[in-house]
Amino acid sequence: MIAHFEDVIIQTVCRILLPFIQLYGLYVIAHGHHSPGGGFQGGVILGASFILFCVAYDIKEAKRRMSEKLDTMFCSLGLIIYSGIGIICLVLGGNYLNYSRLHHILPVNPIDARSMGILGIEIGVGITVMAVMISLFLNLVSSGEHEEGLQ
Amino acid sequence: MKLLALLAVCATGALLLYGTVDMPDWSDPHSPASIHVSPRYIEKAMEETAVPNMVTSVLADYRGYDTLGETVIIFTAAMACILLIRRPRK
Amino acid sequence: MIWQLDLILLVFVIVCAVASITVKDLLSSAIIFGAYSFFMCLLWAEMGSVDVAFTEASVGAGISTVFFIAAVFQTTRRTKD
Repeated sequence: MIAHFEDVIIQTVCRILLPFIQLYGLYVIAHGHHSPGGGFQGGVILGASFILFCVAYDIKEAKRRMSEKLDTMFCSLGLIIYSGIGIICLVLGGNYLNYSRLHHILPVNPIDARSMGILGIEIGVGITVMAVMISLFLNLVSSGEHEEGLQ
Repeated sequence: MKLLALLAVCATGALLLYGTVDMPDWSDPHSPASIHVSPRYIEKAMEETAVPNMVTSVLADYRGYDTLGETVIIFTAAMACILLIRRPRK
Repeated sequence: MIWQLDLILLVFVIVCAVASITVKDLLSSAIIFGAYSFFMCLLWAEMGSVDVAFTEASVGAGISTVFFIAAVFQTTRRTKD
């Protein structure tokens, strides 16, 4: 394993760069309707920004920002959002994942309600993919101990 | 043994190349893939879902179950990784 | 679809694919595999499927290279055969 050292140039560049990467990830998720992208790609970009933080700083600092419990909860939260929207459609009298029934609870017509439903599930997919990528990286790089990784 | 492997690779490659002969041309409007359900999506996706990006509307609305399954697969990968190699320091 | 550009990209794809399985150093292999993903991404974008190109760029060239490097640092850098 590489010896641990702190490089002030890398850490400063990462600190400046990270908000822009995360803003771009959120943009990709939110504009999945109008431009290429969507939940999966945006979630991967958000996860990659956190992996950059793990590489530039160390895993302890990264886990101080986002604990393992929170990360695992995010893994499930995205799926709960996705299937929850489907179950809401079921409760409102349509088929599972038939978003046009959402116009009973949203102030839009049935056609725009399908667009809103797509946005909702893409946010869910984005949260799950982000958390899964972070969890996979942390487990792979430290062989499951979460002590030290690529620094 | 290496010669046998090379022969197997060459035979598979030749078979794949032979298979590409029957493939339709690039962006052929009369190929089987683009005469069955694609015209319906291209004509109706905007007025049914109000999403300009057709790929997103097919992926997340018409084929919503597929995307749900994809997300479940990713979730399962993370859970399997945690269960197999997570080893908390005592 | 410009066939000259297509030809150049396909040649680069094949060169990267062959190089990534023949090179002895596993770290170089992971990096060349990232380059392969990037050329596939250019090929998808050139064929007009921008969503697939985006996925290939973010997952193939971004995340999977990081995972490969993480796995290489946990095991060994040299191949046996």
